[in-house]
Amino acid sequence: MELEVLILIPVSKPRRGATGETGLWRVERPIIDEGKCIKCWICWLYCPEEVISEGQSGFPVIDLSFCKGCGVCANVCPAKAIKMVRE
Amino acid sequence: MSITIHDLRKSEGSYLPGSASCPGCGATIAFRIASRILGPNTVYVIPACCFSIIQSPYPRSAISAPILNFAFAAAAAAASGVQRAYKFLGKDVNVVVWAGDGGTVDIGIQALSGAAERGENIIYICYDNEAYMNTGIQRSGATPIKAITKTTPMGKQEMPKDMPMIVAAHRVPYVATASVGYPFDLANKLEKAKRIKGFRYIQIFSPCPPGWDFPVEKTAEIGKLAVDTYFWPLYEIEEGKLRVTIKPRKKPLKEFIRMQRRFEFLKDEEIEEMEKLVMEKWNFLLHLERSERVF
Repeated sequence: MELEVLILIPVSKPRRGATGETGLWRVERPIIDEGKCIKCWICWLYCPEEVISEGQSGFPVIDLSFCKGCGVCANVCPAKAIKMVRE
Repeated sequence: MSITIHDLRKSEGSYLPGSASCPGCGATIAFRIASRILGPNTVYVIPACCFSIIQSPYPRSAISAPILNFAFAAAAAAASGVQRAYKFLGKDVNVVVWAGDGGTVDIGIQALSGAAERGENIIYICYDNEAYMNTGIQRSGATPIKAITKTTPMGKQEMPKDMPMIVAAHRVPYVATASVGYPFDLANKLEKAKRIKGFRYIQIFSPCPPGWDFPVEKTAEIGKLAVDTYFWPLYEIEEGKLRVTIKPRKKPLKEFIRMQRRFEFLKDEEIEEMEKLVMEKWNFLLHLERSERVF
């Protein structure tokens, strides 16, 4: 049943990039070394921004338009496959 | 049956990238995991806290689940109302309060206590970053002793409130502590809480890089060290029975303290003193674990 009541309270709509391109905040860029990556997905688990997803090759891919460059992924990676490089 | 990373990857979360959180935010890690466990059939009630900022400015939202933003003092009361309205409509919905430590330990405590006493069927999650962070790092009732905040420039002199135990004293069915550093423990506790009816309370230790003044990439490491040094013991109280869920090998508290600049004025003797307090708490918990019922 659809609500027929006119909503008078302010309602926000969810979308990606609600605060804009947060990738612009970044000072250091994470780079994944696919040779070392063991696909454990620990980086995905700890990423505070949920920018890591599975790419076509099956390795993690980072969405750099929203990655804030915190480096948590590089810090938790058990294989040391992520390097932080200055932008 | 415990949750694996594949279960978490398969399930759908409610967090969208590009929010207003600080880089390396511990609370968003907690929310990402929690939203995956709680599932799409969930309504969040969020009082004034970091998360009402992280949601992003009107008219956009970085969280794809229904949210009711509410006044600081009344999160648990609002959630009670939402839950009863859904019950009246004949819908079974998880109603979750997602509040910071200020809205839980200080300002929201009477609404929380009332809801716990009435036995409302809600999940109350407090992500504990141990001060009022989004207003500029003022002390709260959950700030640990000796920690520097903007309102305690010489270090806090008082002990923090033991909130999980205060809620457990209401004889609610489920109370637990969790940490961002142990995400699977957090996921398992949420999964368990989801299946129980009645008032459930979980307090998640979420490190805050700007507030505690540590390098942004260390969020997960700090969350793990807090548990490993027994600073933040992980336990659950189910129907009055306490169980310590993670018993790591003890690391010196100094490792945890020296990583954060909020403890930078602490002398070695003071760390020894804190170590004693921490061990006292840990031994007390082990003692409670052996007893039949805590409350």
